[in-house]
Amino acid sequence: MSYRRPIASNWWMAKPNYLLFMFRELTAVFVWLYLIFYLCQLSQLGKDAGTYTTFLAGRSSLLWMLFHLMALVAAIYHSVTWFNLTPKVIVVRRGEEKIPDGLIVGPHYAGWLGLSLAIIFIALWS
Amino acid sequence: MAERTITLEVFRYQPEKEKEPTFQSFTVPFREDWVVLDALNYLKDQIDGSISFRWSCRMGVCGSCGMMVNGTPRLSCAAFLKEYYPGPVRIEPLANFPVERDLIVSLDDFMKKLKAVKPWIIRKEEKPVSEGEYRQSPAELANFKQYSMCINCLLCYAACPVYGIQPDFVGPAALALAHRYNLDTRDEGQELRKEVVFSHEAIWECTFVGECSVVCPKDVDPAGAIQQEKAAGALDLVKSVLMPWGSR
Repeated sequence: MSYRRPIASNWWMAKPNYLLFMFRELTAVFVWLYLIFYLCQLSQLGKDAGTYTTFLAGRSSLLWMLFHLMALVAAIYHSVTWFNLTPKVIVVRRGEEKIPDGLIVGPHYAGWLGLSLAIIFIALWS
Repeated sequence: MAERTITLEVFRYQPEKEKEPTFQSFTVPFREDWVVLDALNYLKDQIDGSISFRWSCRMGVCGSCGMMVNGTPRLSCAAFLKEYYPGPVRIEPLANFPVERDLIVSLDDFMKKLKAVKPWIIRKEEKPVSEGEYRQSPAELANFKQYSMCINCLLCYAACPVYGIQPDFVGPAALALAHRYNLDTRDEGQELRKEVVFSHEAIWECTFVGECSVVCPKDVDPAGAIQQEKAAGALDLVKSVLMPWGSR
């Protein structure tokens, strides 16, 4: 009779790669929470100016700033790790050779930078 | 000078004697040019003949001597003892598989899944031998060659937490081999494979931990193969929605 070994509930602590994977998965929670709060903020915007100002004032506490900082770090970590994995998904060959990973990863970073600059431009000058 | 030694902590499971596995320590000579498999063979020949493990080629080709060495799936013929000196070296059967005896795991589940993805060339219609071979350019060969290097050693399954938690998962090696045949220009079986490959228990179960590719002794990169099949699966879904009458 064969013996099936149980999986430890802390399996994700067994290797650094597992831990980094779990951290990458966890970043989605911060992005999700940020989106929920952002939607709340948009709904407040539809109300009168006083309500929105009071809402914004409530968001200037140290705790909120910490949350925003953590959400930013999580989003950057998720984006960077994903962009670095794109050469595994997108395989382009020139003859028998794969094109260098940098040619796949680079345009992703360029697109990210371009879109971020466009959003900053619109936010500051619109 | 006294001979150097190293301690092996070996997983023992003898179902006729005990219900639960145990670890047994053995001291064997340490030699710079020995791999873990050499130490196990010394152990079986000189100390305890009852210990059971699989091996065959001793040169990283047959794929039968995979084990957990200090918690990492390795081919024991390619894991040098000096990497673990002064020890101890903990040797266990491949993780995520049922253990038959000592270091031997049951391969039944993998064999069933491997067969399910039809890892062979499928033609809609075979041409007669008189018409000659199916020709392929070096570039077409390069497209899938990496995935054909799989030796079915199952280190990738032992490294995959998804397979451990969700045994229904078709798993890295079987999906990498399905990808290998889907990329082969001589093959026309993608449509037959997709029922299994594009199913929830196959590519969509993979969460891209990526450890399967890290431990692969042949640089097959099953994680990459699965992600590429996900892209193909998504494209297939879009085509089936946009062209429900058939996209081929």
